[in-house]
Amino acid sequence: MAIPLEQILIQTINGIVNGMILALVASGLTLIFGIMDVVNFAHGDLVMLGGFVGAATIATTGNFWLALLAAAVVIAVFGAALQATTLRPLIGRDPLTTILATFGISLVLQKYAIWQWGPSARRIQEPITGNFNLFYLQYPWYRLLTALLAAAIIGALYLFLRYGKYGIWIRATTQDRVMAQAMGIPVPLVHTAVFAIGAGMAAASGVLFGPLGGVTQNIGLDFTLRAFIVVVVGGMGNLGGSILASIFISLLEAYAALIVSPAQAVIVSFVALILTLLFRPTGLFVPTPK
Amino acid sequence: MLTLDNVHTYYGKSHILHGVSIEVKSGEVVGLLGRNGVGKSTTLKTVMGLVRPSEGHVMFEGRSIAGMAPHHLAHLGIAWVPEDRRIFRLLSVMENLRTGLDRSGVDETKRKAMLDKVYASFPVLADRQSQAGGTLSGGEQQMLAIARAMMLEPKIILLDEPTEGLMPRMVGQILEIIRVLNREGVAILLVEQNVPLTLEASSRVYIMEKGVVKHHAPAADLRADHTVIHQYLGI
Repeated sequence: MAIPLEQILIQTINGIVNGMILALVASGLTLIFGIMDVVNFAHGDLVMLGGFVGAATIATTGNFWLALLAAAVVIAVFGAALQATTLRPLIGRDPLTTILATFGISLVLQKYAIWQWGPSARRIQEPITGNFNLFYLQYPWYRLLTALLAAAIIGALYLFLRYGKYGIWIRATTQDRVMAQAMGIPVPLVHTAVFAIGAGMAAASGVLFGPLGGVTQNIGLDFTLRAFIVVVVGGMGNLGGSILASIFISLLEAYAALIVSPAQAVIVSFVALILTLLFRPTGLFVPTPK
Repeated sequence: MLTLDNVHTYYGKSHILHGVSIEVKSGEVVGLLGRNGVGKSTTLKTVMGLVRPSEGHVMFEGRSIAGMAPHHLAHLGIAWVPEDRRIFRLLSVMENLRTGLDRSGVDETKRKAMLDKVYASFPVLADRQSQAGGTLSGGEQQMLAIARAMMLEPKIILLDEPTEGLMPRMVGQILEIIRVLNREGVAILLVEQNVPLTLEASSRVYIMEKGVVKHHAPAADLRADHTVIHQYLGI
């Protein structure tokens, strides 16, 4: 079966666009895991909440950019409160404890969303509506814009971590929590701030994704699962690895969708996850430790 | 300045410190000798707030510090140079220093003065500013660990086996920096296996055995009479 070249190119672009949104979700997840060893199973639900807050802001103001900012800020503050009240007391305990806690949070957030916003999907109006010709397709500019915006946010995060005073605090805490404290870095506060940053990035993804897929109370699980796959494949706690893995996994799914139905294409992600766990448990994009 | 009074510490169920009492006066270098596993490092960790004493008092400048978070203790003026150095391996030399330097009250002039000071003591760190901490040699990492602690402008440094595994030439350098710090009025609680260095650097020495202080004497007395050292340390 021959696949036309233009379909492969289209799917490459689709894969990269989806991969960038996923990278935005996954980089928060991997940052949080790296610094406090917490696998946040409620991460996708922060995407969902961000989407709803964005949709509500657009409904009142009509401004997409304001919605993006509002969702990120509101959910970052909410994330900080969530971390301080429910996760901070559990840090350092058995990982199972925090997994169960975040899973519980996930269920609570989903039920809250259905109570607050109901079961029907909200669609966020995209800020630019034009299309361009991509072979036989009318490809929306907005899709490219999301990839660029996601890349810009991730780039800003990178610069912040690399050069900022607080970025150094975060990296030092990630590497050695005890020594960081002994150097006067307020580690509990750094943990809360990192959770807030991760939550804000998740919320931004929710708003960016809104025009593409719509926002319902159950989109979170899909994001959590995919981000979790990416974080494992990229190497737990490895930011660069997660970003590469997001694009890798999304491309894999996009190409698989050429051959099988998109629903079945998801299977390749799980295959990649299992193969990674079997053969490269430290992640595809880090050298295997000797 | 720093007083431990009858401090008991547990790791889980194992009883490590059985009532340790130690005093370090302002600007004084105090040695803490003992064989492996007698609780010397645990004593330092207890002061640093990394291990919580189950009993007894830890006082710093007249206030009780037992149970305080380590980052508060760092702000009070206690710095810790751990036995295994604990350099932030993926951070550059400069970034390692910045973990202690990026705090309120340090302006650009002061920052430069502090960096100049450590670079004068440890010129090799100036050459390797942008190199990752993990790529330094053991001796260089030790220098970085001490330099990093100095960035906090501490009143006391808890120095845990700084000469362990170092070449003799570097041991001399460590002794020199202890003297420089001491001249500036920084107190040091020095845990060591290297007896001659400890006796030379310290004014007083405590000898620990099985979680308690067994002997306490001015370093000069121990230098003059080796029987005590021989009795407790077997050398």
